[in-house]
Amino acid sequence: MDQENSKLSRRSVLKGLAGIPIVGGVLAGALVESGSNQKNKERILKALNIQASPPPPVGSMEGDPIKIGIIGFGGRGEHLCRAAGHATGDWLENAQPGAIKAFKEQENLNTKITAVCDLFTVRAKKAITLAEGVKRFDSYQKLLEKGDVDAVIIATADHWHAPISIAALDAGKHVYVEKPMTHNLAETYALRDAVKRNNRTVFAVGHQHRQTQSFLTAQDIIKKKILGHISLIQVNTNRNSDNGAWQYGIHSEASPATIDWDQFLGDAPKIPFNKEHFFRWRKWWAYGSGLSGDLMTHDYDRINCILNMGVPQYVSASGGIYTHRDGRNVPDVYQVNMEYPELQTGRNDEKTMGMTLVYSATLGNQHNRSTLLMGTEASMELGNSLTVYVDPASQQFKEMMQDNVVEGGESIYSYDPAGNNTDGITSATSKYFADKGLLWTYRDGKRVDSTFLHIKEWLSCIRNGGNPSCGIKEGFEEAITAHMAGLAYKIGRRMEWDPLKEEIIALPGENLDEILLANTDRIYHGAMANDLANSMKV
Amino acid sequence: MEMSYSKSQLFALVFLRILIGWHFLYEGLLKLLNPLWTSEGYLMGSTGPLQRFFHWLGGSDLMGIIDVLNITALILIGLSLTLGFRTRTFSYVGIVLLVLYYLAYPPLPGLELSAPAEGSYFIVSKNLIEAVALFVLIKFPTSAFFGIDQFFAKRIKTT
Repeated sequence: MDQENSKLSRRSVLKGLAGIPIVGGVLAGALVESGSNQKNKERILKALNIQASPPPPVGSMEGDPIKIGIIGFGGRGEHLCRAAGHATGDWLENAQPGAIKAFKEQENLNTKITAVCDLFTVRAKKAITLAEGVKRFDSYQKLLEKGDVDAVIIATADHWHAPISIAALDAGKHVYVEKPMTHNLAETYALRDAVKRNNRTVFAVGHQHRQTQSFLTAQDIIKKKILGHISLIQVNTNRNSDNGAWQYGIHSEASPATIDWDQFLGDAPKIPFNKEHFFRWRKWWAYGSGLSGDLMTHDYDRINCILNMGVPQYVSASGGIYTHRDGRNVPDVYQVNMEYPELQTGRNDEKTMGMTLVYSATLGNQHNRSTLLMGTEASMELGNSLTVYVDPASQQFKEMMQDNVVEGGESIYSYDPAGNNTDGITSATSKYFADKGLLWTYRDGKRVDSTFLHIKEWLSCIRNGGNPSCGIKEGFEEAITAHMAGLAYKIGRRMEWDPLKEEIIALPGENLDEILLANTDRIYHGAMANDLANSMKV
Repeated sequence: MEMSYSKSQLFALVFLRILIGWHFLYEGLLKLLNPLWTSEGYLMGSTGPLQRFFHWLGGSDLMGIIDVLNITALILIGLSLTLGFRTRTFSYVGIVLLVLYYLAYPPLPGLELSAPAEGSYFIVSKNLIEAVALFVLIKFPTSAFFGIDQFFAKRIKTT
């Protein structure tokens, strides 16, 4: 009996502890798996040695408040004022609670809105509620002359960007102007001259993407030539909504009595009062610049901030009004090829030189196409996060592929500033989670409005000196490229840039600005123009 | 609790318990050993009726604590089921965890999944099945026969 008892207890001890070796097995499995993952990751990260570039430096915001005048108080103007720290009473009552909370937690940039100019009475009155003592002016000239302002934010229709910027700079005011920087070629040069002659004022163009943390990391990836020679880049616009196609709402109080129509037109062709033209100005060349100035400029500048490639040597474009035949004359489907035949992004060799930047856009489909930089060694997908995929034919990563550390076509590096994460290998899931929108970026893992950061950088330069990340050089390149793309579309010819003369090559007798601003869908030259002329004679 | 199983019944139940334990333990250990792991992306990608809650969690300052809790729970549930220690209590914890995973990505018709699934599911997913399997293990306990609990609990009769 005793013997049986002790036998039983031995058996029961075994049964009691039988799980321990299983736990050991699972632990060993986990250690081996994570160890080899870790080793591979370490090897990849060491080989790549990617460091996120630091964000543009910003200094102290202390001192007297910077007094700002806002010129153009539509949707974008309101957003820029909030970025500077000022919301209207209306917005504070009606915005999403999350947005209000984020706004209230926003760092104080020590600014004061002191003046406003908007040609629509309703908006101007709304702007007065931004703060106590905001003075309303019925023209920008009066605001610059009589307003108590150190700086102006310009968020008007495109055709007013440059004239107001130039006047403000000459009046000694700092300028933050929305993109595109200018509406035609002549004013692009004139604005550059104005910035040069007013070197005490700080001039910034509103390409807030320059603040995106993943782009700063991308700069290092390019610097270390991880992608090899980049021969092709694709950037895209895909929208499929009324708002996305600039079909903005027309205010019920809009009338010749509430809108200063003549002042809105400025140098644009004189036409009778037209509410639609006022609220949806992006749809006409006379005031806006369609996809080229409105959206391509963002994509172009995103790439220019990484590659610093400047104005393309050649630009060709095609497209048409295919999805919104509503009286607009800017295209809604638009493809632009920007050529850089002498750009070398890989290691110096004779075989690889030249790159095409392709901008492809439709306002009739919103399938997401990512920004993709395609190099001989790897490809980089770029959004709010960033992923690098090794090219199966890469020489640089050949050894790693042979050792099964990386697989051709798979991602080898991912950077997600949301989680403050850098990872050597990404799973399908985490890749899938990546990238949702570009309105936000991250600082130290915290979500921040990139417009706020861009305004902050401008204010810091005003207070502490330094140059904004998107200043006149970048703005000039952006504007010229956009105008080349607009001209290529309108003329139907490949436009060429003369880098020595710094001008777009025109045919004898051709007035490029006239063509660019012409309120027509397209201008035909050559055989087609002759046919057209002949048919008109008949 | 007095239970009575045939040998093959007991084998089947213990086998199920250990496999689920293995699964939890391995998931917990791999997350523990990866210093960069966080459930933030998982929570932020949540779909379905409770997505607002999960998105709020993912964006909140509680993320650090949530990750630690998740890893700790996974490992403890894994150890409990594998070793046969307090399996009833930890099975309940396991069910709570699995139901949360289920609710974060409910396989309901018409919901766009924000993560690619490795199978096809309609209302029933593997998370739900595993949760119910844990419920079975609660109703048919085995740790008093095969596991550390037998040192503390009454013997289970086998027939």
